[in-house]
Parts: sequence; structure tokens; C-alpha cells
Amino acid sequence: MGRVRGGEERADQPPPFSDQVLENVIENVLEFLEYRRDRNAASLVCRSWYRAEAQTRREVFIGNCYAVSPARAITRFRAARALVLKGRPRFADFNLVPPGWGARFSPWVAAMAPAYPWLERVCLKRMTVSDADLALLARSFPSFRDLTLICCDGFGTPGLATIAELCRNLRVLDLIENDVEDEDEQVADWISKFPEATACLESLSFECVNCPVNFAALEALVVRSRSLRRLRVNQHVSIHQLRRLMERAPQLTQLGTGSFHSVPGAAGAPDLDVADLESTYAASKSLVCLSGFRMLEHEYLPAIFPVCANLVSLNLSYAMITAEQLKPVIFQCHNLHTFWVLDTIGDDGLQAVAKSCKNLSELRVFPFDASEDSEGSVSDSGLVAISEGCPKLRSILYFCQRMTNAAVMAMSKNCPDLVVFRLCIMGRCRPDQITGEPMDEGFGAIVMNCKKLTRLAVSGLLTDRVFEYIANHGKSVRTLSVAFAGNTDLSLKYILEGCPNLQKLEIRDSPFGDAGLLSGIHHFYNMRFVWMSACKLSSAGCKEVARSLPHLVVEVIGEWSQDLDTDAVEKLYLYRSLDGPREDAPPFVKIL
Amino acid sequence: MASGLMLEETELRLGLPGGGAGELAEVAVIRSSGKRGFLETIDLKLKLQTPAESKESESTEQGNKATDPHEKPPAPKEQAVGWPPVRSFRKNILNVQQQSESKNKEEQSDKAAAAAAAAFVKVSMDGAPYLRKVDLKTYKSYQELSTALQKMFSSFATSGNYGSEQGVSVRDFMNGAGKVTALVINGSEYVTTYEDKDGDWMLVGDVPWEMFVDSCKRLRVMKGSEVVGLAPTAMEKRKNRG
Repeated sequence: MGRVRGGEERADQPPPFSDQVLENVIENVLEFLEYRRDRNAASLVCRSWYRAEAQTRREVFIGNCYAVSPARAITRFRAARALVLKGRPRFADFNLVPPGWGARFSPWVAAMAPAYPWLERVCLKRMTVSDADLALLARSFPSFRDLTLICCDGFGTPGLATIAELCRNLRVLDLIENDVEDEDEQVADWISKFPEATACLESLSFECVNCPVNFAALEALVVRSRSLRRLRVNQHVSIHQLRRLMERAPQLTQLGTGSFHSVPGAAGAPDLDVADLESTYAASKSLVCLSGFRMLEHEYLPAIFPVCANLVSLNLSYAMITAEQLKPVIFQCHNLHTFWVLDTIGDDGLQAVAKSCKNLSELRVFPFDASEDSEGSVSDSGLVAISEGCPKLRSILYFCQRMTNAAVMAMSKNCPDLVVFRLCIMGRCRPDQITGEPMDEGFGAIVMNCKKLTRLAVSGLLTDRVFEYIANHGKSVRTLSVAFAGNTDLSLKYILEGCPNLQKLEIRDSPFGDAGLLSGIHHFYNMRFVWMSACKLSSAGCKEVARSLPHLVVEVIGEWSQDLDTDAVEKLYLYRSLDGPREDAPPFVKIL
Repeated sequence: MASGLMLEETELRLGLPGGGAGELAEVAVIRSSGKRGFLETIDLKLKLQTPAESKESESTEQGNKATDPHEKPPAPKEQAVGWPPVRSFRKNILNVQQQSESKNKEEQSDKAAAAAAAAFVKVSMDGAPYLRKVDLKTYKSYQELSTALQKMFSSFATSGNYGSEQGVSVRDFMNGAGKVTALVINGSEYVTTYEDKDGDWMLVGDVPWEMFVDSCKRLRVMKGSEVVGLAPTAMEKRKNRG
């Protein structure tokens, strides 16, 4: 949203007439600027440009909902049609942030309701959204057309029902990995609430909604939504039902297949013949993206063969398949750019991917057994195979139990275009499997050889040295995730002093203390946030940071409010804010 | 810096009904990470416990989790919260999938049986303003769960004084539901209950651990005085159904 600047309050006063003509001209020109970085730069040229840009910004992106108050955002950007808002820190996904911490959507929707009558689109990530919030949203914005909720919580099917019923122009309803909670008595038949007249739906994703849906209503909705391109159903949709939906909507480009499982003994439904399902897939000539497979029955997997050659994105990360089951599929997926899979395919399966997916850009290998002492099916050799077969790789997330520096170095050399490198060696502090050395050299090679790297997550046995490498070579790194790593405060000092583009820093269980934290004082205003938990911080150091930087909000988070009286700081979350400390902090958060 | 010890011996019966004599409870004073002062926890010796388990439970909890990398990293006995960093949403779904894949006899079924996919349930405590979530699969016994719950809630219940009535202990008492084993936190008695698959609220501890993990949907730590009218024990339920 632009850096902190003074004199903003005067920016709203009307300018003299001649300047107003100029401003109108500028406004017309600035309409063409799309990227927020460009817009932010334009807004800094002078007051006139600032005003003009503010009038023409259509999408407002707020990366931390506490960095700015709703009132301030709305006052500046009066003509916004879309809001993107992010709330909780990412480590909340792993239960490190106690529930009730904050990031509620309520104050935002309450402020927008009178101010943005033309609001069309809202995208929220890691926020708490209540059914009441959804109802207010549905009632307040007659042009509303696009709701995307990612990793949110606080709402249930009653909220979805209100959206379905009242948003007459809804085109997109994408619910992605949300925690949709329903008390048993309250489950609403939300799919039925889409009125007969609503026929403009383009995208509907509800994989995370855990209760069964009214299939007849869903089918009717799909039939009348001729513009529907993306449909992702939940695991309560059987393979028979999926087939019917696909036949009603052969124009789909993206499909989430639900369970991919037949319901045994379902009344009147004979076993589905694989060949019949395959012919349905053959008729879906526009499919480029497949996901789902939540309870995959392996016999049905060959049904997707007809679309494999067209697939750009394939998500099998809920399917427990072996290398042998994968091979017939992946050998046909020559155009794959994005592939998400479970480690059950093993190194052998990864070899197959490397052999056929020459254009692979993003790979995510998730652990079937996400625990530290699991066997682990993929290792350093799978990583090397991928690096050799997929030189265009830009983004990788790889969970494993065994890794070597040599393999990581190989990847750094074979895949110089890497932008995102996230390696998770699941055993804490595990060294190089073969040499017993720390993993410093491997990650060092990544930052040295991958000049475009912006996001890095490290793991395994790591000393201060790896952070020295990151500081010296990782000049483009914007996001860094650290866990169980480093020896001393030097590590933190290196990265805070050496990485000018660092914006998001999340650290857990590493021996970094106040001295390390204080070395970042010159940089914290340029960052979106710093998270440090189970480190060696004390309240003295954190208070020093808060004292030095008045526009920084320094939160100390405990499990219960009693934790906050001690000198040691268990969890620290700091972020810049234009509007000072938030007023909705719960008792277990102390703002210094 | 020793803190107060348990003042009474109690007889515990957390095994299956009809079992032999109960065991004595011991107190293990366990030092926390050093940052917070002491937590008193109870080292419950269940009848069903193996010697290996009892050794594990007597060990101190992890001090500083960030080890000196020049030493061999210690074999972790406790899983760290949120590690590996896989969203609980993803862990839970795979768990559901395993249960329904009962007819899958390929090599995957061995993995499925051995896998410790997560079982996240909400935990509420009467009087505490916020819920917690725990992954039941990270515990191997009622004892481990009990220890974790005590840690979680004792910092809420204690008021910082460590007199003889403070801290956590275990006591049996009788109420309308029969004999109940209670956590005594700060002088008040709390009982752990759970909601099972049928929606009934049961006392924790009646059934074998694995059965409990499979059927538990939610946990609630409630005041002992309110434990009236709970569903009959799980064993009786099964008997009544015939």
C-alpha cells in the first residue's frame, strides 16, 4: 500500500482547478496500470498522482489486515471494486497460533458495506469469517460476483446458504482449504439456495465443505450454469455422480473429482464400468486441470487417460498410489506444468515424472505419513531425478526423511530458474544422510546458483553458516522459513542485515535471542512481518524493538494470559502498522 | 527450587472395569523449559502400561528443542507441535481415507495400518475462554493425553501461588455417575469427558486407548460437580446393545 508517509491527511482536500484538469488526465492514464507495485510507485510521485491513483485503484491488496485500519483503506481508495485481505501468520496453519487470536473479517465488511456499493470481489486468506459476515456481505453489495476464501474459519453452511441465495450475480464461489464448521443440527442445504434465475456461475469449489450436498440441486445448478468452467466437488460426491456432472458440463476446464469412489451397494446403481467413465472424460475436451481423488479407487484411474495429454495441472496429493499405478498416467502427461502428489509414489515414481514432464514448473511432494519417525518413501535420489528431468522447474515443495547436500546442490545447478525452494526434512536437525555433515552447503548452493530465488524454506541440521550464505547470496529472497536451525544470534544478524528484500520471516525453535532481533531494527519497517516462536527472546529485547519503532506492532503471544507475565517470550509476532496497536487483541496477546 | 508435593496417595482405576487392584499414583516434578516455572504433573501408572512406556513417561520433557548441532540430536520423544509442517486439514483427510479403504489389500494397506495420520479433536475446558485442538495420534496412552491436558490447562487454572492447595493432583470421588477419577486443579475437581461417534458424552478412560482414539470426536474438561447424567460407560453401552 505504499510506505509510511506524513502529510497524507491533506491529500483529500480538493486541488485548484488547473490541477484538477491535470489530475483527470493522469487518472485516465493510470487506469492502465495493473500491478500494485506500479501503482504504489506512481502514488509516490506527487500529491496529484497520489490522488489520481487512489481514485483509480480497483483492487486493493492488504497483505496484513492489521497493517491498516478499514477506515483508512476505504478513505484512500474510494473506488475499489475488489479487496484482497490476508490475516493470520502462516504458522497458524500448524497450530502455533492459539484460536481466537484475531484477523476477523467483521470490521472490514461493516466498514465496506456503506462505502463500497459497487464492490464485486473479495478474497480472504487466513481470516475468521462468521456466518453473519457472509450475510452482511450478501445483503450489502448488489454487484457482488466473486468470493474466494482460503484457509479461513468461523463460518458454516448457513453462511454459504445466504451467499448462494442473495448474491444474484455470483460468478465465483471458491472455498479452498477452509475449516468449515457446522454444529450437527445446523447443517444447511446451501446448494439448493442458488435461485433458478442464477445461471452465471463460472467457478464453484467446495472440496473443504465436509458435509454431503444435495446432489439433485447440484446437478440442476450445473445444468443451468452454461458458463461454468471450474467445478471442484467434495468427497461426498461419488464417482457415479461425478460422471453425471461431467456429462452435464463437458465445457469444464478445471475439475475437482471428489471421492473418485463408488458407493458400494448404492440403490439402483450397478458398478460403473471404467470404459464408460473413460468415454465421459474423452468428451471433456477442455479439461486442463484435475484434482480431487479424495478416496481414489485405483481401478478407475485409467479413466482419465483421454485428458492426460492436455493436462497442465494435476493434483494427486490425496491419492495413495504407488509408482506402478502412477506410471501409466504420468507417461501421458507431457504438458504438465503443475504436479502435486503423495510420497507414496517413491523415488521410482519421481523418476517417471522426470522422464515425461519436461515442462514441469511446480512440484509438491506431500508426506503420506507426516511424522518424524516415519519411513519416508522419497529421498535424495528422487530430488536428483527431478532436477535432471525437469530443468524448467520454478517451484518445489518436498517432504522427505533422507537428504544429502549433493542432491540439493545438483538441483541448484540443474534448475537455475528456481523461484521457490522449500525442502522439509521431517526429522528434526537431521544431517546429510551420507556424510553426516550439516545441510549448510546444499542450501548455500541453492542461494548461490538460483539467482531468481524469492522464497526459501530450510530444514535439517543447519549451523550459522547457512544463514551467512543466504545473507551473501540470497539478495532476492523475500520469504524465509526457518525451523530448528542455527547456533547463535549471528544467524539472525546475517539475514536481517544481509537480505534487503526480506519481507516475511518466520522462525521456530531456533536459538536466536535479543541481540539477533535488535540487528533488524533498521529493516523491520520494510517487512510485512516477523514471527519467532520457541526461540531465546526476552521481553527486554522485544520492548527495545517496540520503543525504537513506534509504527511497529510488537505482539507477545502466550497460550494463556498467565504466560505473558514471565520474562521469556515464547511467541513474537511483529509487523508494521499505520494505525497503531489493534484493539481486538485477546487476553493471551500482549502488545508491547 | 522444588515445589510442593502431592499430599495424598490415591488409588486409581483407569483400566478396564473389573480389573485388579489399582496402582499408586506418584508425583513427578517435571521441570519445564525453564522459562515459566514449574508445572506439577502426575505420573499415572496404568495397569495396562508396559515398562517401556513407564520409562518414557518419567523422562523429563524436552528442554530447549534447538540442540547444539555438534552433538547428536536426541531422539525426540515428544512430537513438536505443528511439525512436520503439514496442515491438519490434510492429515485428517488421509485418516478418513484409510478407514474407508478397508478392501485395499495391496502393499498400501500395510502403510495405511502403520501410518500415524492425525486425529485432531477440539478440547474445551469449562471456564477457559478459548478452545484448543490436540492430535490424539501423538499420544500413545491415556497417561500421555492426561499429562498434555494438565499442561495445557494448569497454566490457566493456577494463579501463581504454590501453596499446598495449588497445583494439580488426582483424586477419586463418588458422584451420581459412580466412581470418577478427577484432575484436581487449584482445589477444584475437573473430569475429562469426550463425545463419541454417536454423539454421547462419555468419561475418558473406559475403553482401550485405540478404541478411544477412533471414536473420540471432541474432548471437554468439565467441573467434577457437573458430571451427572453422563452416558453410561462405553462398556455398558456395548453390553446393552447386545
